[in-house]
Order: sequence, then C-alpha cells, then structure tokens
Amino acid sequence: MSRTGTCSSAGEKIQINVNGEECSTQARTLEALLISLEFTKIRVATAINGEFVPASQRASIQLSTGDNIEIVSARQGG
Amino acid sequence: MNLIAKVPPDTQDELSFYEQAVSSRMLLGTALYPSPQVMADAVKASGCQIVTVSLRRESARGKVGARFLELINSLDVHVLPNTAGCRTAKEAVTTAQMARELFGSEWIKLEVIANDDTLQPDLFGLVEAAELLNKDGFKVFPYTTEDLGAAERLVAAGCRVLMPWGAPIGTGRGLANPYALKTMRNYFPGVPLVVDAGIGAPSHAAEAMEMGYDAVLLNTAVARAADPVKMATAFAMAIEAGRMAYQSGLMESRDMAAPSTPVAGTPFFDLGAPPKR
Repeated sequence: MSRTGTCSSAGEKIQINVNGEECSTQARTLEALLISLEFTKIRVATAINGEFVPASQRASIQLSTGDNIEIVSARQGG
Repeated sequence: MNLIAKVPPDTQDELSFYEQAVSSRMLLGTALYPSPQVMADAVKASGCQIVTVSLRRESARGKVGARFLELINSLDVHVLPNTAGCRTAKEAVTTAQMARELFGSEWIKLEVIANDDTLQPDLFGLVEAAELLNKDGFKVFPYTTEDLGAAERLVAAGCRVLMPWGAPIGTGRGLANPYALKTMRNYFPGVPLVVDAGIGAPSHAAEAMEMGYDAVLLNTAVARAADPVKMATAFAMAIEAGRMAYQSGLMESRDMAAPSTPVAGTPFFDLGAPPKR
C-alpha cells in the first residue's frame, strides 16, 4: 500500500493508520475503507484500536482521525 | 506416499479434543515449508487431521490469505488458528475473535508470549486470556509450560486440553524437562495433553508419546527437513510407535545388568570362573 495512494480520494480526508501505515482516507466507515482498499471480495477480519469489529458491524462503525485499523487474513502458522 | 496408512488404526484408541474425535495424534504447523505444495504434501503424508494456521496483516488488494485459505480447505483437515506473536491477553483475545470469524471455528491455539528470545508463554497473560475466551465460547488449546499451578488455573478456566512446551519454539531440542512433563502427565490423567514446540526429531516425539502424552504438535522439524514430506511420514510413524509402546507398558529400567539369556544350563557354568590372565 502506498502511504496515501489507494485510500485517497476527493473530499475531506481523515488520517488513520492501517496495518501500521499512515493512510489518508475519505472513508467514514470501516466498510467504506475496505471498499476503497479493494478488500471487498477477500475474506478478512478487522479490528479498530485493538477491539475486534465483526463483519456485521463494519458498515455502522465510524472512523475517526488517529484510529488504528487492523485488516488480517489467513496465513501459515505453527 | 502415506506409509502410516499401512498401520491399521486402533479404533479402540480414540482421542478427542472438545468432543471432536481424531485418529491421528499428530498436529502439524503449516509455516516455514519450501513451498505451499510441499506443505500440502507433508500434511497428507503425515496423516494428521489438525493443522495450525495464523492471522497476519493483509495488504490492499492482497489475495495471499485467500489463496492460502483455499489450499488449507482442500486438505480436508481441522484448522487450529493460533495467536502467535501476541504479547498481552488483550492482543490474544482480539486475535482469537478475528480468527473465529475468519476460519469459522471456535478452536484457538492460545499463545501469549513473554519474551522474544525464548518465546516462552506468559503464564499470567495466558490464564487471563483463557478465562476471557472460555467465557466467550472459545475452545482453547493453551500453549503453556509444565507449571502445574498455571495448568490448574487453565483447567479451572475451562480449558479441556493443555499443551506444554517440550523446549522453546523452533529450537528442536526435544524434551528439555522430561521429569516435569512426566509429573504433569501423572497430575492430569484425564486431560488431553499435547507436547507443543521444541520437537526436533521423531525420537523426541516418540519419547513424549511413550510418557503417555496424547499427541504432539510440531512444525519446524518437518518444514525445515531436507525432505519435509518424508520427515512428516517419519514423525507419524514415531508417534504411532510411541503410542503403542505406552499402551504396551514399558519395562522398568534398572541400574545393574540382568542377563536376558537363561543362566541355567550355561555350558562350563559349574567349572568356576576362568583363570585371570
């Protein structure tokens, strides 16, 4: 992810942190952010500021400047 | 490929984790293999029915997780997600919640790591996380030490399996504290016990099984072998052998020699000791 590229768009933006990288986004909900980052068709799980956000709540959760977002998927593990 | 299939399964010797019966006593990690295909082949060769997986950050437009998930699903095994790398109970709980949604399973291999050099479990954070997760409906597989006090707390929290370390993760040193592991086995006769981490060779796995451990969880020893698929088979055979040995009842060791060949009727026996030269 570029630092501002994929999540930037026209309109007023907020500064958030996505998977450890700064991100400037117009998205105001977690769902909108996932769409702007093109995660829509990919199975991911999410958390905001260390709290799990179920998929069913992504559309209603509002993003604020300074939020730390985690977007994770399946990986190899021991 | 699967040599272990030649050993007829003992249908009377069933092992269950949270009511899920498995016939293989090997749990295999999916990391560190030379390629995804080698991993898949090793899992098949091992005959294992439970594999461990993790959650990691996905990049924008990334499909790495989707491809991995597709491969894992094709293996037709139970998935045990871990909380590897979590340093606090809070991180572990959130990771477990994300894993439950992503993998659709309440099983979680709970790791709360105390120290980067030893990767040893933080027993305080582990108990705290186990209590929270059990209340939230998770089926927790805690990665712990041989500490009996912590183990009792984990069982009291609702854990119905315990996974003490053999040695620190990735070291391949085998069972560093056999006495403590034996004590733990005797202390919890009714709880499924899995030696998790530190296993480097099939003989280590066999040793754990001979002690009466119910299963062994390993990863690096197979993944980093020159031939991971063959090594997976070797481990499966060792685990099977160790289990059979435990069921058969091992002989007691002794300090002095005892002849195995009958003494009675030995030729020249009554002629006395040969002269010293």
